[in-house]
Amino acid sequence: MKELSLNILDIAENSVKAGATRITITLEETEQTLTITIGDNGCGMPPEFLQQVTDPFCTTRTTRKVGLGIPLLALAARQTGGDLIVSSVTEQQNPAEHGTVTTAWFNKTHIDFTPLGDVTETLCTLIQCNPAIDFEYRHQLPGGSVTLATAELRQVLGDVPLNTYEVLQWIREDLAEQYNSL
Amino acid sequence: MKSLAELAAIRDKMKDKVVLREGMTGTRVVVGMATCGISAGARPVLNTFVEEVSKENLTDSVTVTQTGCIGICQYEPVVEVFEPGKEKVTYVKMTPDKVKRVVAEHLKNGRVVSEYTIGNAQ
Repeated sequence: MKELSLNILDIAENSVKAGATRITITLEETEQTLTITIGDNGCGMPPEFLQQVTDPFCTTRTTRKVGLGIPLLALAARQTGGDLIVSSVTEQQNPAEHGTVTTAWFNKTHIDFTPLGDVTETLCTLIQCNPAIDFEYRHQLPGGSVTLATAELRQVLGDVPLNTYEVLQWIREDLAEQYNSL
Repeated sequence: MKSLAELAAIRDKMKDKVVLREGMTGTRVVVGMATCGISAGARPVLNTFVEEVSKENLTDSVTVTQTGCIGICQYEPVVEVFEPGKEKVTYVKMTPDKVKRVVAEHLKNGRVVSEYTIGNAQ
């Protein structure tokens, strides 16, 4: 992956596949570090699957026997001296509160740090394809933070879907304005 | 942060169109969005489809959405076009520039861009 924002899209797709209705994407940056957290309220993974989740030969896909999503993000983190952890609670373990949280942290000053890239495009892709899911985004930077909560927008929009082109453009402009004001 | 009033104005403008869209049985453009597709460039392909479909005023008849891995990872980004009553068209190794042609020629004027289809790649 050329940008970490593409890894974020890829991991969030796992949440979509897990039947999540709420997906949170949190980026926390200091001068030295970046922490990416992707959380969902999807079906969760049983402990035996969770144990081998960074193994490329562990996958839910049926078209072939390799799954590279989490291994690729783990590699990107570890090559900077960071790491990745995945925690998960299945619906069976806790019917009231289940889901998966993937956290990856990076040393931004390491020569092998992959640039974050365009997170706005990742968010717009996710919203375009999954207008019914609540996406909560927060990017904490040393100079302030950028946020987006699609549930709030949905309250204003009523029956108009979030993936209406004009709405997606509003989201793009909103995020650009927030980033520019930092 | 942009004003929510602006968003409310979009809602008021789009309200009538939503009714139209609900009963729609139009064309579906499906982009492969598994790890293989994403790493090969599916994100800009999907977002260019969304933009071009809107530019060409096709949003009432065309929906753009995603699917998982189709199983032909070496041909990603892969795009499938489903039109009612017609055979599925599979475009392979797509780029934003190719998307512009597919929207203008296939989605707008009904002419499949054969040179981008899987039949031509194999």
